[in-house]
Amino acid sequence: MNLAISVEKLSKAYQLGEFSTGTISQDVQRWWMLKRGKEDPFLKIGEANNRTSKGESNIVWSLKDIDFKVEQGDSVGIIGRNGAGKSTLLKLLSQVTSPTSGSIKVNGRIASLLEVGTGFHPELSGRENIFLNGAILGMRKKEIQRQFDEIVDFSGVERYIDTPVKRYSSGMYVRLAFAVAAHLESEILIVDEVLAVGDAEFQKKCLGKMNDMSTSHGRTLLFVSHNMTAINSLCRTGIYLQNGELVKSGEANEVINYYLSTSTEVATKKRWDLETSPGDEVARLLEVKLTDTHGNDIDSIDFYQGAIMECTYTILKSGYNPAPNVHIFNQKGDYILISGPLKSQIHNKQGTYTVRMKIPSHYLNEGRYIVGVALSTIIPQVIHFYEQEALIVDVLEDMEQRDTDYRGNIPGIVRSILDWEFEAKN
Amino acid sequence: MQKEELDWNLVIDSKRGLFDLKLGKVWSYRDLLVLLVRRDFVAFYKQTIFGPLWFFIQPLFTTITFTVIFGRLAGISTDGLPPVLFYLVGITCWNYFSESLIKTSTVFRDNAGIFGKVYFPRVIMPLSIVFSNLIKFGVQLLLLVIILLFYNLTGNHYWPSFYIIFFPMLVLIMAGLGLGFGMIVSAMTIKYRDLAFLITFSIQLLMYATPVIYPLSTIPADKQWIILLNPMSQVVELARLGLLGKGYFNWLSLGYTFSVTMLVLLLGTVIFNKAEKNFVDTI
Repeated sequence: MNLAISVEKLSKAYQLGEFSTGTISQDVQRWWMLKRGKEDPFLKIGEANNRTSKGESNIVWSLKDIDFKVEQGDSVGIIGRNGAGKSTLLKLLSQVTSPTSGSIKVNGRIASLLEVGTGFHPELSGRENIFLNGAILGMRKKEIQRQFDEIVDFSGVERYIDTPVKRYSSGMYVRLAFAVAAHLESEILIVDEVLAVGDAEFQKKCLGKMNDMSTSHGRTLLFVSHNMTAINSLCRTGIYLQNGELVKSGEANEVINYYLSTSTEVATKKRWDLETSPGDEVARLLEVKLTDTHGNDIDSIDFYQGAIMECTYTILKSGYNPAPNVHIFNQKGDYILISGPLKSQIHNKQGTYTVRMKIPSHYLNEGRYIVGVALSTIIPQVIHFYEQEALIVDVLEDMEQRDTDYRGNIPGIVRSILDWEFEAKN
Repeated sequence: MQKEELDWNLVIDSKRGLFDLKLGKVWSYRDLLVLLVRRDFVAFYKQTIFGPLWFFIQPLFTTITFTVIFGRLAGISTDGLPPVLFYLVGITCWNYFSESLIKTSTVFRDNAGIFGKVYFPRVIMPLSIVFSNLIKFGVQLLLLVIILLFYNLTGNHYWPSFYIIFFPMLVLIMAGLGLGFGMIVSAMTIKYRDLAFLITFSIQLLMYATPVIYPLSTIPADKQWIILLNPMSQVVELARLGLLGKGYFNWLSLGYTFSVTMLVLLLGTVIFNKAEKNFVDTI
């Protein structure tokens, strides 16, 4: 089997804070060392990228000694938590930035899709933007012309193709942009989580198109996503990154299972000081925690009891209408729900508030959930904070209380009690 | 195994030679260059009421201002040429150079969004700026020709001289200087943003060290070399000599200007190339 990509000892260091070493003499010394092919004397090696603990040096290794190979025609899912180095890897692969050491060898034309609609100009028509965007992604004019009808057809915006894209709805905009990218004639396609946008039907179409490209056209696909369901359906193999290091690679299924079993640690309480707390100048998040219905801290949610999610935040500046909202994901990355209070409940005056959200019993099925907490104003649209992994909680079931003889695993995301009626017919 | 090693058609690593400019790659992106120039042009006239008329308005009003202030009030010589024609040539040339430079100098910041998401040879962006401005320059030149014809029809004869054959070269020099200096500065504005303001300001001042509002002939002969150190000086003077028949020309000075342009262009390309590699991490 021929290789499409070979990544060898790839590392990337980012510098935090000051960019020069501080003095001209050190800058010159560094330049001289690098010039002679030596290592940067001011780079401290051996610190893994861990955002939760602050390192001594202000250099963070976003990727460290990554090695992997991708065969031609393979589809690889890249998974890992936020900050694991996924996007750095994509950036290196798409040549947006260059590695600190190590190399990537590529066989075939590479096209990357880190964002849809890069370079779209609002004043230009859909037609003009197809050409411009295609050229930015590396297509020749002739290639675009040849595929033009297909692109327009795929996007489904043919009626508005000569209208400036500033008049497009965001859905149309994304569809057109993805259509261009989907028709890139490259042997290797790198896709970031761009599918998170657009409506469900179109997402399905995109996934289908990508699947089609890798299976029937023999193209190589690298796909990054938080959504394990999408990765599982699209990718044959997987790579799991953790703190910039490659932890596991192999069959997609195995890697996903490994990721699910190791990636998240339960966290049922978090507290911040005002200075370091998530938020902007309008509002800050101070505390999130999980309690039972009596207000006692708990480590997990009892399926038969439900729980209360308590969140404390402070509003520093009035003039906004900050509404709290809670985002729940399962471990595969599927969006389970968003919940927020009624408009009439919202407080917008300065002060500190504690809000409680009740998670009912018989509601979320057994499993691990990632809870994000956000505070946002709708008009004007401002997100004051969005703590994506505010809580990580398990819903556990006490088998004793199960009112059925069935003792096996009950699949599904929710497990509500629905009304059943029996009517004897004889 | 050995064969496989040779087959890679792209190797991404940390090393890159100083003169590895990847010009072949730039050529393969020529369609992008054309489309970017088109975008600038279309976007410009779609967002304004007067559209392409703006291309005329700015040089015309500057010329009128200069005619009143420097010509009438200050009484600075215009080499016996009608002030309107005299200033218009200077302004048109100067604008092409300065606008190419200023726009190029912030190219990394202005395009951080695109540069952070897609790879294409970065030098395409400055090139598109220089070409967009070239179109503008061409349109303004047209204005100049119209006014020149008007003067000739009303009985005053100012004909282009034989030196007009240098004109294509002058355009190349202006483009090269704007692009080269712009690329040098662009690399520095990544680290030090305030430099961009300094540049805008210095360019304004530099105009007074260029024979735009005065002819070189008003400078004492033994001091003219100082003004001629500025490579734009010979360009403006020679443009006037070619288009209007009055101006300064000297082979040595042209040779100097040309050499400086080549040097600046080379230096700019090398610096720009070095900067483009990792600027995404810094900006």
